[in-house]
Amino acid sequence: MATVNRTIWGYRRENGRVGVRNYVAILPVDDISNAACEAVAAHIKGTIALPHAYGRLQFGEDLDLHFRTMIGTGANPNIAACIVIGIEPQWTQQIVEGIARTGKPVAGFSIEGSGDIATVAAASRKAKEFVHLASAKVRQECPLTDLWVAAKCGESDTTTGLASCPTVGNMYDKLIPAGLYGCFGETSELTGAEHLAAARAASTEIAEKFMRTFNAYQQEVIEAHKTSDLSDSQPTKGNIAGGLTTIEEKALGNLEKIGKRVSFIDVLQPAEAPARGPGLYFMDTSSAAAECCTLQAAAGYVVHCFPTGQGNVIGNPIMPVIKISGNPRTVRTMSEHVDLDVSGVIRRETTIAQAGDALIEAIVQTANGRYTCAEALGHREFVMTKLYRSA
Amino acid sequence: MPNHPQLLVHDHRDNVGVVVVENLTAGTDILGVVTEDNSEIRAVCNQDVPIGHKVALRDLAVGEAVIKYGQDIGKVVKPIHRGDHVHIHNLKTRRW
Repeated sequence: MATVNRTIWGYRRENGRVGVRNYVAILPVDDISNAACEAVAAHIKGTIALPHAYGRLQFGEDLDLHFRTMIGTGANPNIAACIVIGIEPQWTQQIVEGIARTGKPVAGFSIEGSGDIATVAAASRKAKEFVHLASAKVRQECPLTDLWVAAKCGESDTTTGLASCPTVGNMYDKLIPAGLYGCFGETSELTGAEHLAAARAASTEIAEKFMRTFNAYQQEVIEAHKTSDLSDSQPTKGNIAGGLTTIEEKALGNLEKIGKRVSFIDVLQPAEAPARGPGLYFMDTSSAAAECCTLQAAAGYVVHCFPTGQGNVIGNPIMPVIKISGNPRTVRTMSEHVDLDVSGVIRRETTIAQAGDALIEAIVQTANGRYTCAEALGHREFVMTKLYRSA
Repeated sequence: MPNHPQLLVHDHRDNVGVVVVENLTAGTDILGVVTEDNSEIRAVCNQDVPIGHKVALRDLAVGEAVIKYGQDIGKVVKPIHRGDHVHIHNLKTRRW
């Protein structure tokens, strides 16, 4: 099939991975280093600061996730080089060393003992050097299937399960057998379809791993913290306005994203990089759009496909998010947010296979450098997942 | 709009379909399509039903399962007649 031999123009990084953007990231280790990072990004053109809310007094599994997300974000192939700024030198250095394992240029700065102004001056000088390095990089022709493409849907409605999610599924059915890395998540939003998801695991061992992850979330998060059923949150008010009534109905539509043919080959922890080669992966994530996308980008995914029914406006600072909608009203009223209109599917003018081909075309264009709606509109939602309160 | 279905049904086992056009008014005789094999069905709607919302394809008693994608999506909590709008007022999750 033609798609198998398609190529894109990307940035081949030191570790062999292919990126589709070429950022110099200014990454804060912790919340109190955001100001310094934003000052550097304001000073040196071609850099992007990634402010966030966490990084102090975390411990245990939650701290592991913090480091995994920070290192994974800096290591993402869409980033050419990275400046890391933290209040203290030790954690800063730990993140620098993690990112340096990719071979990309990275430098760390700590604020304690010198203050914001001196730190910003030193980091700006290094950031300027990195911007020259990054902007000298030239895109190279790479196989389309060298990309890692994640998926997650949001502000879903019943058209999501009819049109936009099956479109993503069709793309995965075509590209994953040819070598693409795929990823789906949203542990809570598989409730009611978990038996069908488990049946799509590549082996009994992986199916059991999936069910352990799914059941742990139900017991340790939902059963432990709910005050009633979750009908005020899941489905959301937007989902209900769009016609979705129950979590089971929402989950069945959600699962359409993984297509009909491919099996998932591993269950990843949040922000864990896939390690079993090309294929589809399930990641244990929140169903909140920004949290899920941030974790998938931190795992190394470079392009995102985001089906929406009622019109989610999500973007990510380092990973282009392609919005797909099959709801004709949303396509009309929120057109500036919709990269791919698949409403022809519900009018029966377009087949799912044709919509899948159109999505592959949109991925190629995005990978080649075309801005997504979210990029043009400045959506840079970077939201870390936190497992429990800090010490 | 010739031949554009007003209702889509995922699976022949389903007892609800999804309205896929705007401004569908009560009493409309509906053209539906079952997406698994593109077969046509006829249905009715007893109320004005917004795009994306569900219509019952047959009478459903309290406690019965509402089936969509060929799967159980929750239980009927108020009697439903063929053609009725099916949503949070008469269908409830079995989870949580």
